[in-house]
Amino acid sequence: MTSRYQAPFALGGESPIDAQLASRLLTTALEKGGDYADLFFEYGASGSYAFDEGILKSAGRAVTMGLGVRVMKGDATGYAYVEDFTLEAMERAARTAAGIAAGGDTKTPIALETRALPSRYDVTLLSLDVPGADKRDLLERADRAARAADARVVRVDASISEELREILVATSTGRFVRDRQPLLRFGIRVIVEQDDKRQSGSSGGGGRLGLEYFDAHSPEEHAAEAVRQALVMLDAREAPAGEMEVVLAPGDSGILLHEAVGHGLEADFNRKGTSNYTGRIGEQVASPLCTVVDDATIRGGRGSLNVDDEGFEPGRATLIEDGVLRGYMQDRHSAEFFDLTSSGNGRRESFKSHPMPRMTNTLLLGGESDPEEILRSVKRGVYARKFGGGQVDITNGDFVFSLTEGYLIEDGKLTAPLKGVNLIGNGPDVMREVVMLGNDMTLSDGIWTCGKDGQSVPVGVACPTVKIAKVTVGGTQVGGAS
Amino acid sequence: MSAAQNELLERATRVVERAQRAGADVAEATARQGSHLSAKVRMREPELVEEAGSRSVGLRVMISQQVAVTYTSDLSTRGLDRLVDDAIELARLSEADPFAGPPDPSQLSDEREHVELKLYDPNMGDVGSGAALARATAGEAAALGASSRITNSDGATFTRASGSSVLVTSGGFTGTSRGTYASLVVRPVAEDEDGKKRAGGYWAARRHLAALEGAAAVGEEAARRTLRKLGATKLDTTELPVVFDPDAGRAILGLVAGCVRGGAIWRKSSYLAGRLHSKVASNLVTIVDDPLIPRAPGSRAFDGEGLLSRKNVVIDKGTLETYLLDSYSARKLELKSTASASRGASGGVGASTSNFILQRGDSTVDDLLGSTKRGLYVTEMMGFGFNAVTGDFSRGAAGFLIEDGELTRPINEVTISLPLDDLLSRIDAIADDLDQRTAIATPTFRVSSMTIAGR
Repeated sequence: MTSRYQAPFALGGESPIDAQLASRLLTTALEKGGDYADLFFEYGASGSYAFDEGILKSAGRAVTMGLGVRVMKGDATGYAYVEDFTLEAMERAARTAAGIAAGGDTKTPIALETRALPSRYDVTLLSLDVPGADKRDLLERADRAARAADARVVRVDASISEELREILVATSTGRFVRDRQPLLRFGIRVIVEQDDKRQSGSSGGGGRLGLEYFDAHSPEEHAAEAVRQALVMLDAREAPAGEMEVVLAPGDSGILLHEAVGHGLEADFNRKGTSNYTGRIGEQVASPLCTVVDDATIRGGRGSLNVDDEGFEPGRATLIEDGVLRGYMQDRHSAEFFDLTSSGNGRRESFKSHPMPRMTNTLLLGGESDPEEILRSVKRGVYARKFGGGQVDITNGDFVFSLTEGYLIEDGKLTAPLKGVNLIGNGPDVMREVVMLGNDMTLSDGIWTCGKDGQSVPVGVACPTVKIAKVTVGGTQVGGAS
Repeated sequence: MSAAQNELLERATRVVERAQRAGADVAEATARQGSHLSAKVRMREPELVEEAGSRSVGLRVMISQQVAVTYTSDLSTRGLDRLVDDAIELARLSEADPFAGPPDPSQLSDEREHVELKLYDPNMGDVGSGAALARATAGEAAALGASSRITNSDGATFTRASGSSVLVTSGGFTGTSRGTYASLVVRPVAEDEDGKKRAGGYWAARRHLAALEGAAAVGEEAARRTLRKLGATKLDTTELPVVFDPDAGRAILGLVAGCVRGGAIWRKSSYLAGRLHSKVASNLVTIVDDPLIPRAPGSRAFDGEGLLSRKNVVIDKGTLETYLLDSYSARKLELKSTASASRGASGGVGASTSNFILQRGDSTVDDLLGSTKRGLYVTEMMGFGFNAVTGDFSRGAAGFLIEDGELTRPINEVTISLPLDDLLSRIDAIADDLDQRTAIATPTFRVSSMTIAGR
């Protein structure tokens, strides 16, 4: 991947950083007695295109760059960052971060060794390098398709955002890696009006891909999906309230799993003993149907990574196998505590933040049931087709999710679309209540962003059709549940 | 003006001039710089000390009403040249928007009109990492010491931050502002009888260090709020009056804020579109957006386009009197700007709130609760169940059951639902406990009836 966007710290850039210079900064970082230090150089170039009211209304571009220096002494972290790559500024950051350590022997960093990385996002032409007019055309196609789809469409907003994140990680344990991580996201939102009713619908996708994404998922396809959803919701009725059977559609529903179970399996919460899964490795924590993996290797996936932000290569880690807890997602610090090697889940939003264990692409693997058969087995319940987002209390797994598209299931069939549906429950409880899994595991299109401690990172989710025996549905119709 | 602010001013002025030379009809640059120190302790040990400074320039240009925004943290000559060149290239790619444009020059404020709002504490930078750690440690210790049932901690964090920014526009506006902020957050974890963990917390935040609540008081309040959640259970599905405490109420008011912004109105993505000068809430409800409150978190002397800030009464005794508008949304809606433009660091402009406040009522919280025979007192909400287009609202909630005017047992894992339109119309009591920790703020208030989904 060559590009007109290149980090200044790249070899051949304006202020190249080589192993010798990195070693010198690491030495400064450890001079007050720190146990470990790392340097995280980051360059980010991003573009955004907003199509609105039939025109490309605004286009934007941003360039950010900086160096974050981290020094650890025991469980304590010193962190500092700078936004220019002059030697003086970088040395100052290293000295500031070093201050966390108060005395002790001065460690010498291990000689840096460049590591070869896998190639999981082999983009040949970065979206950022494609002429802007091509992206304007794609958005125009989406806009035209949505307006043509139905006369009730009164507003269309479509957008493309594109990004290149180039990183260089150097650690006092000898790791020295560079990676260039592209990211593309397309989105469309429509508003439809009928009589005095108004509804919105949306669709989107992307990944660590170039514009070839649109070969498989055309702007027209997304436009049709957004319009379909908005029209369906025009007829939505009040949702029942109370506990009932819930069936999750494949794909996007993985976000429920991500929030309700995934976060509790991040090692930092377990190191600190603040997760519901602390100390439970080897125990049955979910229905025997459930196997959950975190997989950074999916080609072009939104959450995929060649290397994490601490220089470790993530793979495919089994977290829960047949319902039994097998392991946590580790960053370097937590792995040290558990006497393991990092699983490569140490991620950070940018050079301004320290790494934490984070998910990449989190999958609930498929089962053996025919999805039709799962629906047929439900007498009265809710079918969750599209999720708007959710939130979890990691200490105990309590979660709330809102549906943007949901249906009432009556006698095994989807009957009425429902509005204002929330699913509320407890992650570990729900995982025990999984009673059927479809054979249709689907990876969600790349739209999800995960927030933790104020840091956002792109993630992927996947799941099959899932039947849960009992979840509280927060609707408005009291007595609607039977 | 400080030397640092002068430097920002020069930088922004250079960028505006260069953009004009490169062909921009309109160029507006915002230059910022900031620094912060954050110290976190967990289980009485230092966990993180973070110290950093940052700088950036954001630019918006228009060429024949074609708009582009660019942003950079690369302040080298080459970086700033690229900022301008990219903006010009992208503006030529955009299509002319007949409503795009700067505000009318006659509306721009003069620097001499800008009120001193006391948002800057010159002593803030004196807090070093040692003092910051000491404050966090004291906060956490007070929480851990409060009860043996506090068995763990998500830590305590003290943060101080300061920042300066300038806005320079080709229309002739120049404005500078600076502010500081200090906060302390304490998050203890308690263990329930069945081993279920309950995290809770409390935080204090102020523009001025001396006004920040004491660390021990913050820690003790965090412990109290965590412990009272122990033993929480679900409730049967029902309809009840719901009382929102200021933390939960703020989330409701935030939804209202989103629905009165000009951008949401002309996009028709607000249920309040087309409702101007009509009844949208009960008579008790008056909501103001006031950027001129001294020392408040959301205050600003001028808006993101250079208009003089003013107080707007958005909802007056239940009637929607105005939307919050920047000059673009005002033109779209054939109204006048309310000086509510906000300019992000990245250069984009849109209408937003400043200090958005539900005005206090007369009764105390105790009186309000005391007059509630049976109800749900909500202290926390979870999830994002709100559709701004329709106003449908349904979120997860936790809090306490009110029986005969008293809080009896903790409740969690329920959802509360009611369209926002009905929710505001059913507000039948507002207490007097307004605080100024946040830019969006409410006292405790009660909604006469909502659907509660539980077991």
